[in-house]
Amino acid sequence: MTAPNTPTTPEPPPPACANNGGEITRRNFLRASAGLAASVAGVAAALSPLRDLDGFPSVEEFLQKHYKELSKDEMNDVLQRISGEVEKEYGIRPHLRDLKPMNGVEFVYALNLTRCIGCRKCVHACVAENNQSRSPEIQYIRVLKMPQGTLDVERSDHNYAPKSVPEKGFYYMPVQCHQCKNPPCVKVCPVKATWQESDGITVIDYNWCIGCRYCEAACPYWARRFNFSKPSIPREKINPNMSYLGNRPRPKGVVEKCHFCIQRTRAGKYPACLEVCPTGSRKFGNILDPDSEVSYILKNKRVFVLKEEVGTLPRFFYYFDA
Amino acid sequence: MRAIRNYLVFLGRSLGLALSGDWRYYLWIGFLFFWCLLGLNAYAKQYVHGLAITGMSDQVSWGVYIANFTFLVGVAAAAVMLVIPVYIYKNEELHDLVIFGELLAVAAIIMCLAFVGVDLGRPDRFWHALPGLGEFNFPGSVMSWDVIVLNGYLLLNIHICGYLLYSRYCGRKPAKWFYIPFVFIGILWAISIHTVTAFLYVGLGGRPFWNSAIVGPRFIASAFTAGPALIILALQVIRRVTDYKIPDRALFTLRSIVQVSMLINVFLLINEVFKEFYTGNLHVASAKYLFLGLHGHNGLVPWIWTAIACNLIAMVILVLPLSKSLRWLDLACVLAIVGIWIEKGMGLIVPGFIPTPLGEIIEYTPTLNETLISFGIWAMGLLLYTFFLRMSVPILQGRLSRATEKPTGLVETEKELHGVVMH
Repeated sequence: MTAPNTPTTPEPPPPACANNGGEITRRNFLRASAGLAASVAGVAAALSPLRDLDGFPSVEEFLQKHYKELSKDEMNDVLQRISGEVEKEYGIRPHLRDLKPMNGVEFVYALNLTRCIGCRKCVHACVAENNQSRSPEIQYIRVLKMPQGTLDVERSDHNYAPKSVPEKGFYYMPVQCHQCKNPPCVKVCPVKATWQESDGITVIDYNWCIGCRYCEAACPYWARRFNFSKPSIPREKINPNMSYLGNRPRPKGVVEKCHFCIQRTRAGKYPACLEVCPTGSRKFGNILDPDSEVSYILKNKRVFVLKEEVGTLPRFFYYFDA
Repeated sequence: MRAIRNYLVFLGRSLGLALSGDWRYYLWIGFLFFWCLLGLNAYAKQYVHGLAITGMSDQVSWGVYIANFTFLVGVAAAAVMLVIPVYIYKNEELHDLVIFGELLAVAAIIMCLAFVGVDLGRPDRFWHALPGLGEFNFPGSVMSWDVIVLNGYLLLNIHICGYLLYSRYCGRKPAKWFYIPFVFIGILWAISIHTVTAFLYVGLGGRPFWNSAIVGPRFIASAFTAGPALIILALQVIRRVTDYKIPDRALFTLRSIVQVSMLINVFLLINEVFKEFYTGNLHVASAKYLFLGLHGHNGLVPWIWTAIACNLIAMVILVLPLSKSLRWLDLACVLAIVGIWIEKGMGLIVPGFIPTPLGEIIEYTPTLNETLISFGIWAMGLLLYTFFLRMSVPILQGRLSRATEKPTGLVETEKELHGVVMH
């Protein structure tokens, strides 16, 4: 690259190439072999960190089909395999199921901003229920401390830590996946690893996600989380009640998010965040049932959705008491 | 059978040529190979520990990998700025140089694919994104469009360069029907790769900084500045280290392309800055973070002003007759490349994430490991481009051809190859 600008003068041939004896061939051969050996050694040395790898994915895992293409038998095999993996890793045999959406059900969440005191009990109940990584801790719910008189999230405080809540002059707005009817995250996924189910829950197949994080960029509610490292969960903290599309332990390098506690709600229970809430700010139910609590709230309360202008049609509503 | 054998001989001779040269050549490829190994080593670490050893977070979930990817798509697209003058305006001066441009595009696309590859959390599941094999979300996801246009562009360019070079090697006149249609498809395709890449960001309604119609045109304008600027520099390196003759006039044809593109690029930048700051609505936060800093966070401010200074100085040099001197033209090209790399890479990707949709401000700085991987991929690209030139220059000069092929044993071929390399 540093050669002088002599475009028309050919380079003088090195002496080694001047004659045509067999020696030169041997020399070339030796030189080529030495170069090759050095390159191979270099590549091997460069790859040495791979020794710390705790195993490559198994053949079954590598070749596993997309969730929607698995037959019932194949799904059972997958559940068996994953249960085995969980047992091996955490020493506990999980109750792992693939719960399907119920007919005639569309889930909706409603959150009372007048009542929420910002205690973050929901955040931690969620982590415990959903087998989230504890180090680094992954949380699906982010509680925003908002100054009275604005809905501008850029004026919110995410890291508030006073001695006691609530603080005067502020209200609290918990944000989690809004389970949108028009979800940008689903639209952008290049491999259909995330989709909306008939009960309105947007799920992720953790065995199909390639970890490109396009959905994370697309979500207007910052609801998605990526496993930047292998999740670490203490054995005694594992929740053995698991669902394939829900709270089973996630592998490294895939995206996860709130799924309305699919392992509970599809079995007729409330989400963990609702059960733990000390103020009753959280309401959850079937919007297709006209007698449900959420139907009442949507009909009678002053309800709004966050960032309505982005057209995502959330199934997560905020409301104020009359 | 014979045709296949001939083609294999051609490939073998070209490859042999790529791996032989004088000590300066070995020093250069050794240097690049060393950086490739550093990058590979850093990637092995990332593969083991996950993307946690990058500077990325849930708040800023794309970083220097996607920034470089975006810049390099532009470089690849810019190869057409050589093709258009030759095939539409019949500028014969640039005729053979088109091949150098397209080879640059091939190297750039391979680098793009590598940058996307190292950004994946689960590279082992890449097959999920293959049409037919996996679940391809087409036409819903813009990323699936990008997979198609980038790989299509790669194949188009490999076909065009490969066919033209092989024809030259065989001493045949290339059959027009077998490459001219692809040349014209390639022109449209080049625009499409960069438009689709822009749409990747533009399509996200939750990110106001990207969700702007001007991003696409800005991508094209900046690509047609930085790409030909890179080709101007590359051509001068080629004529310096080989005896391939490239007339100054060819460089000045490219200069006028860079000149006009840079003017449009700066004009579009002004448009964007005006819209963001004059209206002053809540969506200005990302632009504020980029240009002025936001609530005491100003990690990108020095970068973007460096980029703007580079672009403006390059623009002034380019419009003045000063840049008819190669020295000044080279300076302007370097400034334009640096300016656009910052502006379109980090200056576009990172502020899109700051503040987050929930108003949090978390800054991003690439880690050493991440930087080494990026350097490794750049070194790989340069190494590939070096090999491509090493093979194509003697073919274009007629020194490596069917005529110089001898149906003898390996020893003779080797010897004769060496003669070719050393003239």
